[in-house]
Amino acid sequence: MAIDFTIPDNLGSQMQMIEMVAEHMMRPVSRELDEHEHTRPTTFFENTWGLMRDMQKRNLDKLDAPDTGRKRDGAGITNLRLMLMIEMLSWGDAGVYLCLPGGGLGGAAIEAVGTVDQKKKYLTRFAEGDTPSWGAMAMTEPGAGSDTSAIQTTARFDDATQEWVINGEKIFCTNGKLALDESDGLVVVWASIDRAAGRAGMRPFIVEAGTPGVRVTKTEIKHGIRASDTAAIVFEDARIPADAILGSAEVQTGAGSGGFKGAMATFDATRPLVAASALGIGRASLEFLIAKLKENGIEIPYGAPYHTLTAIQRDVIEMEAELRATYLLTLRAISMLDHGQSNSLEASMAKAKAGKIVTRIGQKTVALLGASGYSREWLAEKWMRDAKINDLYEGTGQINTLIVARRILNYSSRELS
Amino acid sequence: MISFTPTDEQQQLIDVIRRFAVDDLQPAAHAADEGERVPTNLAQTGWAIGLVPTLIPEELGGLGELSAVTNALAYEELAYGDLSTALHILSPSLFAAPITLYGTAAQREQYLPLFLDEIAPPFSAALLEPGIAFNAGALRTTARADGDSIVLDGEKAYVPLAASAKTLLVYARDSATGDTGAYIVETDAPGVTVGAREALMGIRALHTARLTLNGVRVGADCKVGGAVGIDYPALLARSRTALAALAVGVARQAFEYARDYAKGRVQFGSPIAQKQAIAFMLAEMAIEVDAARLLVWEAAWTLDQGRDATRQAYLAREYADKASLFVTDCAVQVLGGYGFIREYPVERLLRNARGFTTFDGLAIV
Repeated sequence: MAIDFTIPDNLGSQMQMIEMVAEHMMRPVSRELDEHEHTRPTTFFENTWGLMRDMQKRNLDKLDAPDTGRKRDGAGITNLRLMLMIEMLSWGDAGVYLCLPGGGLGGAAIEAVGTVDQKKKYLTRFAEGDTPSWGAMAMTEPGAGSDTSAIQTTARFDDATQEWVINGEKIFCTNGKLALDESDGLVVVWASIDRAAGRAGMRPFIVEAGTPGVRVTKTEIKHGIRASDTAAIVFEDARIPADAILGSAEVQTGAGSGGFKGAMATFDATRPLVAASALGIGRASLEFLIAKLKENGIEIPYGAPYHTLTAIQRDVIEMEAELRATYLLTLRAISMLDHGQSNSLEASMAKAKAGKIVTRIGQKTVALLGASGYSREWLAEKWMRDAKINDLYEGTGQINTLIVARRILNYSSRELS
Repeated sequence: MISFTPTDEQQQLIDVIRRFAVDDLQPAAHAADEGERVPTNLAQTGWAIGLVPTLIPEELGGLGELSAVTNALAYEELAYGDLSTALHILSPSLFAAPITLYGTAAQREQYLPLFLDEIAPPFSAALLEPGIAFNAGALRTTARADGDSIVLDGEKAYVPLAASAKTLLVYARDSATGDTGAYIVETDAPGVTVGAREALMGIRALHTARLTLNGVRVGADCKVGGAVGIDYPALLARSRTALAALAVGVARQAFEYARDYAKGRVQFGSPIAQKQAIAFMLAEMAIEVDAARLLVWEAAWTLDQGRDATRQAYLAREYADKASLFVTDCAVQVLGGYGFIREYPVERLLRNARGFTTFDGLAIV
């Protein structure tokens, strides 16, 4: 090994394609979809479904391919490709990116901890057909935000029918409506199989669209990412098959609380991807700002001493350095995933930093663009609103900072809460 | 292919310097700072690691391995030990590296073999200038052609080991072309005055002095690189990357010290590290150290690719300056009142970190 920042050539050309999508299919509808929340970017769906479907199909086909003992796809660039793709799509429009067809976070959980049979049964819908499907993840509840041990939703096994019975209410489920009401999709729902066991009793369950007893009751009106739907879902005696549980149905307390910990590990994969989305929004803001400054005769002199810089130049240089540092923290977390290394610390570092920095870049950009920045004529104010979600979802900046703190101090959640 | 893992050889070098930093440099740093002197044995041990001889070309007896990435890794570890001693050990390379990169064949053959000695040779360089408005891109020291010779005029500041140096590399602006060049100057040449030792806020163990050049006449062959000269912007990019790596080392030492202190310091019945106010500060410090390091690595890697790294190096240095100040200040805060006491290392680290905004003209490669 050697320290290396080379992006593989084939990824570079793939990103050019994604950039075309971002520039020509996302940016033009950005303002319209922001002004009319929950309007669907149908052209974007039509143009990206084929790509996403084929990607999912390749993943499923690998399940049947003989194991050659070595990794295909070069030396593991699956997550790097995802990171660059998400960054670029979010540069186009973060809200529209979030409703990219496919398994999403729900699919990711099944990919991460599902059995081969579960993958084939539940992910095939994302790998075939002419109309798109969506997967979503439902974790948050009105009384359970970062504290997932407070989840009230229950899953009870009915021995008579050999089914799981789900009851409870979930909120803040990204793409919940697309997954359940507008496609043949699915939602991965977190529920307790043993309330007395606390976190050890928590399990993810796969709930398919059309399951009786499942209702989308609301889609939130939001500050940003308004193209994306954020759903509230109610489960009333929703019955799902015995094989719809991800991980073991056995409750083990103590260190080996396998199912929960295993599934929580999917956050190590998704947090850097949220950071990647943040990076795309940040780059959109900063590029726009630098271009507008240039139109107004303000250039950024790289190499000039501090005392010769104007306040605006100092701000831009600081924003650029911060954004690049965040990019590299994210790239490191992603690269560790691709190398099969544990990355909880690095994933949370990237996520905490990204939420904070991109929020600041969005806000600063609006300020530096003056009256025009505040105007809805330009997208800068929308990017500022879109940016903020990255400091909130997939763990707030504070929760991710707490995870970093526990890791560097080698403290358990009991020792540092 | 993206990778954040140093080579095996680099890792061995890191391990050697880290051991030196922990076993020798850190324990000696307080006394060195108070006594304003780098212990001779440490300077010697540091030199013996062989960082400077490594970059000398193979045909002249070195290893010919001038890698900005390797240097960044090594410098972080040295500064993790002690910044003053690190700069002391690296001072001869302020002369050797530009000669290696840009020197004429004659200059390389004349000077570079001297750096293979077991004892550090008395060489250094002068780039920084006094005053509040120093601009590395617009030096006030001038070089003027006069017949077969070149005449240098100006004033330099923060010249490391100037008092003991026999030969210096002096950076000056060609008064005809405006280009910045490097000139080999003997310290006993007429017109050269090495001033009194400077009294600085930090890096107190490092001996630095002002240098006055008053109509100093050198031969045309003393211009590094001859008519072609040096690639000054590239040299500045290397220097900024190297300085940023040193800043990361200082920050890392402060972070680790504060982290360990916070785990041991009990107030209200539990270690203060178990309070979110302290734990969150430590988490942010850890993130900033890593963020700065990654920017340094990317800039260094870009240099090693032979590409223009002006922007990357500038951003890395800007970032590392701020990060090292932030982290060392937080470290003082974590220690509370003890942080203000000189017996504890974090106050020295804060003073040292503040210097990086000033050091832009140290021209370390």
